[in-house]
Amino acid sequence: MNTSLIFLIVLIIGLAAYFVARSRAVTSANGKLSVLHSLPGYHGTYAAIWATLPALVVLGVWLIASPMLIEKTIRAELPETVTSQGSAPTELALGQVISVANGLRLLSDDELATVTSGSATLRETLAAKGVPMASEAATYLLASAQDYNALKDTSQLAMAAVVIILSIAGAVFALRGISAPFRARNRVEQVILGALLLASSIAILTTVGIIGSMLSEAIRFFQSVSPSTFFFGTVWDPRFAAAGSGGSEGQFGLLPLLAGTLYIAFVAMLFAVPVGLFAAIYMAEYARPSVRSIAKPLLEILAGIPTIVYGFFALITVGPFLRDVSAQLNGLVTGNYVNFIQAQSVLTAGIVMGIMLIPFVSSLSDDIITQVPRSLRDGSLGLGATRSETIKKVVLPAALPGIVGALLLTASRAVGETMIVVLAAGVAARMQLNPFEAMTTVTVKIVNQLTGDLEFNSPQTLVAFALGITLFAITLCLNIYALYIVRKYREQYE
Amino acid sequence: MTEITASAPATFTRPAQARRDIGIKKRYRAERRFRAYGMAAILTGLFFLFVLLWTVISNGYTAFLQTTITLPIEFSEQVIDPKNERADNPAKLMTANYPLLVRDALIKALNIDPSNRALVKQATDMVSASARTQLRDIVVNNQSVIGTTQNVALLAEGNIDSANKGQIDLNVAEANRKVKDTQLGWMKTLTETGAMTKNFNTGLFTFGASSRPEAAGIGVAAVGSLYMMLIVLVLSLPIGVCASIYLEEFAPKNKLTDLIEVNINNLAAVPSIVYGLLGLAVFINFAGMPRSAALVGGLVLTLMTLPTIIIATRAALKAVPPSIRSAALGLGASKMQTIFHHVLPLAMPGVLTGTIIGLAHALGETAPLLLIGMVAFVVDYPGSPMEPSTALPVQIYMWANEAERAFVERTSGAIMILLVFLVLMNLGAILLRRRFERRW
Amino acid sequence: MNMMSEAAVEKALDQKMTTVPYKMIGKDVSVYYGDKRALFDVNLNVRENTVTALIGPSGCGKSTFLRTLNRMNDTIDNCRVTGKITLDDGDIYDAKIDVVELRARVGMVFQKPNPFPKSIYENVTYGPKIHGLARAKAELDQIVEQSLQKAGLWNEVKDRLHEPGTGLSGGQQQRLCIARAVAVSPEVILMDEPCSALDPIATAKVEELIHELRTNFTIVIVTHSMQQAARVSQRTAMFHLGNLVEENDTDKMFTNPDDQRTQDYIMGRFG
Repeated sequence: MNTSLIFLIVLIIGLAAYFVARSRAVTSANGKLSVLHSLPGYHGTYAAIWATLPALVVLGVWLIASPMLIEKTIRAELPETVTSQGSAPTELALGQVISVANGLRLLSDDELATVTSGSATLRETLAAKGVPMASEAATYLLASAQDYNALKDTSQLAMAAVVIILSIAGAVFALRGISAPFRARNRVEQVILGALLLASSIAILTTVGIIGSMLSEAIRFFQSVSPSTFFFGTVWDPRFAAAGSGGSEGQFGLLPLLAGTLYIAFVAMLFAVPVGLFAAIYMAEYARPSVRSIAKPLLEILAGIPTIVYGFFALITVGPFLRDVSAQLNGLVTGNYVNFIQAQSVLTAGIVMGIMLIPFVSSLSDDIITQVPRSLRDGSLGLGATRSETIKKVVLPAALPGIVGALLLTASRAVGETMIVVLAAGVAARMQLNPFEAMTTVTVKIVNQLTGDLEFNSPQTLVAFALGITLFAITLCLNIYALYIVRKYREQYE
Repeated sequence: MTEITASAPATFTRPAQARRDIGIKKRYRAERRFRAYGMAAILTGLFFLFVLLWTVISNGYTAFLQTTITLPIEFSEQVIDPKNERADNPAKLMTANYPLLVRDALIKALNIDPSNRALVKQATDMVSASARTQLRDIVVNNQSVIGTTQNVALLAEGNIDSANKGQIDLNVAEANRKVKDTQLGWMKTLTETGAMTKNFNTGLFTFGASSRPEAAGIGVAAVGSLYMMLIVLVLSLPIGVCASIYLEEFAPKNKLTDLIEVNINNLAAVPSIVYGLLGLAVFINFAGMPRSAALVGGLVLTLMTLPTIIIATRAALKAVPPSIRSAALGLGASKMQTIFHHVLPLAMPGVLTGTIIGLAHALGETAPLLLIGMVAFVVDYPGSPMEPSTALPVQIYMWANEAERAFVERTSGAIMILLVFLVLMNLGAILLRRRFERRW
Repeated sequence: MNMMSEAAVEKALDQKMTTVPYKMIGKDVSVYYGDKRALFDVNLNVRENTVTALIGPSGCGKSTFLRTLNRMNDTIDNCRVTGKITLDDGDIYDAKIDVVELRARVGMVFQKPNPFPKSIYENVTYGPKIHGLARAKAELDQIVEQSLQKAGLWNEVKDRLHEPGTGLSGGQQQRLCIARAVAVSPEVILMDEPCSALDPIATAKVEELIHELRTNFTIVIVTHSMQQAARVSQRTAMFHLGNLVEENDTDKMFTNPDDQRTQDYIMGRFG
């Protein structure tokens, strides 16, 4: 009996319970529906919940727990020659057992007999069924695989029995409780409330998941590379080792990546803040409604364009443009037409990221500026100040905390941006100050270390999680502080 | 009153006094300067928007055309099945020497000396290597073509396609050029005879990944994106709405709720790549889900989109005036009924707008997908979300890394398609808002 | 009755009201918000060193008229003003007239106290600084002291000039706003219901202040309170539905108005 069939049966029981409970509720009312505390539909739902929810919870738990238990049993069965070699070969053997076990399912009884009697090799028989094996199976493999299948079958059967019995029991329990004064609606609503609570806990779980998973992987990384050499190392040279060879020493210095990240973010902000801020000021204080209604959505298109498009833009337009312009400039000044700006450089990535950030700065600041009460503007204008004087001396100082918050949020986005820097900043991890040269960032290296085939135990891949948690920590601080400031600011004018 | 003004006019007012100097001219210059900065800032933004779109469109519009060479292909039995085995072993048809058919057809059409190998090679280079599978499929699907001659439209090779669209600089010395002078001459001939034509590039929409630009398309990637969008929609809308209802309507105002609130706002600003790391560690490493699968991508994007939807939904719920709630509660509805029967339906336009914007964002997201193995060379359409697939923006990323001119064109073309989707979604959101917007 | 006698004293002081020259003349002033007309051909003149009160039921156009006098309506989108308003001899809606210069001469105090979120000192020096009326610190100090004294606030705040103006009580904030307006040395001060957000004691202080300011400034005050109009003004104009109903000496207006509608309003029949 496979899992989806069990699921279907439970649903059918639930549906049946719904209709039975409904009609029982109607009957118990003796034709006067008003004596019911809750509408018949609530009684039905109540019964359906009892019939399905406990059973499905058990089903879910079983599905997660049983493979773990079975694998544990099989692992214990593996011969000592394998288990004594450490965890990696054990896991490999376990994987083999499982794939053989799945392969055995494809064999007919006759074929199985030939294999168990030893008259045909397992490898050839399975290969004919499209299950490849690297080498001829060790002797323990067949037995373990058969055990594995037997355990799985038993587990499946037991699960089916338990789940269906639970479902029926739930339905019966609920149906017995149904009577006219029974408060079915309140019970149903409690369950719904539980579901709502569960949904909102996903937000917390996500954060817990982010921190937990990255921390645990990062700790594995720090077992092979000490935190001090990671956080204070000035050389990034992870030396990708061939899979499995292991033990290759790389250098994992965070500082060059952090320097690149902050430098590029700084250049981007240098570009985006004045443009975005002035655009916001113009939009909020000068633009006629008709102009505003056109220019604002147009600028916001920039925010809706995926960052990969910006990356492509940097790669084929901005980078080559800066390179060629620098060559021309150099030629005009020195006569030597050599470019001094690389196509992939801090400047290229910074400018393109800055373009991407313009709408963030402008729409966040626009919101903040328009929250400054009109009475302050009137007060200043009424004293004979010009508009720009009013903006510079009254509106902006009043909006300053909010704007700082908005800029911090923008900075957080700049630090975490990936696709633009992947395509425009380069991969060379260097510590230097020339904006015309390539530098790389934390995000680029996370992508570099984790794309392609990987092996999960080497520091070369695990370092990505250490980088990730660093990135998360930086943006978390920026975000929380920014959100705190903006919230305080809002409350002030509410 | 009027008669006062009329009868006693100017005598009642003092003459204009000497004005104080309050630096008007200078101040107005500053005012104009300031205003100009603002205008310049907006124009700068719009200028870059324009340049960006111009870059994409000017590079990309040609991707929607593809050069084909229509040749009379002689499906010679001699070449395809010399020993006449196809009845017993149909697999033989899969491995027949189809490129030879193309070669012969080209030799005939271009009048080349078959013994001049260099020339023949140049000629066959003009046709995409995908001609092999194209002819194979024709033969396998309909064996009766063997022995006949059919006109078949073959894809031109990427560089020939670029040359035909005038994208190759002919001033470069021939030796450094991907397209040789003889080939240019043939192209002219073929165009004059009507064999070489530019047609609408359906392949761009239907093909999968390929190292040959003329045979590469976004079809497979688009299906992967579609799967992910469906998963995101199915999961994030109900979860987001439930979470928002709890937080907005039921949650007690205490420290924990505050924490959830800060947490959600923070999650909305967490770099997307962090979600990719989460997906890799939790869904793939811990839960053992397959790499490169749209399912994992969908789950990761769901987690990423949830905060956006929750924030939008809460705003929409907040905008429903308390009077509606009081009215329903006053009629004896339970709080749950009030919310699901009255408040939520009224908030729905806002919820849907937020969802569409969240989906649009998820559709363009690339970084987290790179980490969960969706940077994959996927040729076949994925049959289910569990199978290896890739996504539209990831396909764009992979193409952007290719150097050939024909790939630049395709990358831009794919971006145009992606942007069209995004524009449509955003337009939908705007229309929804316009149509249902209520002012209380 | 006390009120009446005080008004009588005023009257005695202002003998020959009609000989006082006009500071501002409004002729056929109409205001439109988009298509909606808010004022209908109002002809109203403001006499020098006089307090002119504008009264009428809410929405009658009194605030709108007040705001035309220093062109604050310019800051409202789609607002249009027709007719002619002169300050001394100059048309303030003339293209050559500069609105900044105009507002430096015709200051304004608003309904709700709106001190800038800066220190008391900076609030007062804001105007003089932007207009370049004083350069040296000593000059500014002097302006601050004089203005705050004129606004009757000096003794209350002289020890905390560098604390935020928003930290003052409502009445103090409003007097700070008056000091801020006075610091620019305008010729006319417009007040838009300056006491509506204040408690009675703060109101009394501000009214007393208005009284004193009359010696140096021409004052136009919009008020919803007829008692206030009677207490502080020498001339009163009554608006109704965007029309000027009657303009008269205040004591005449409150004892023997020319217009039936004024009488009804004063008797509390509508409003």
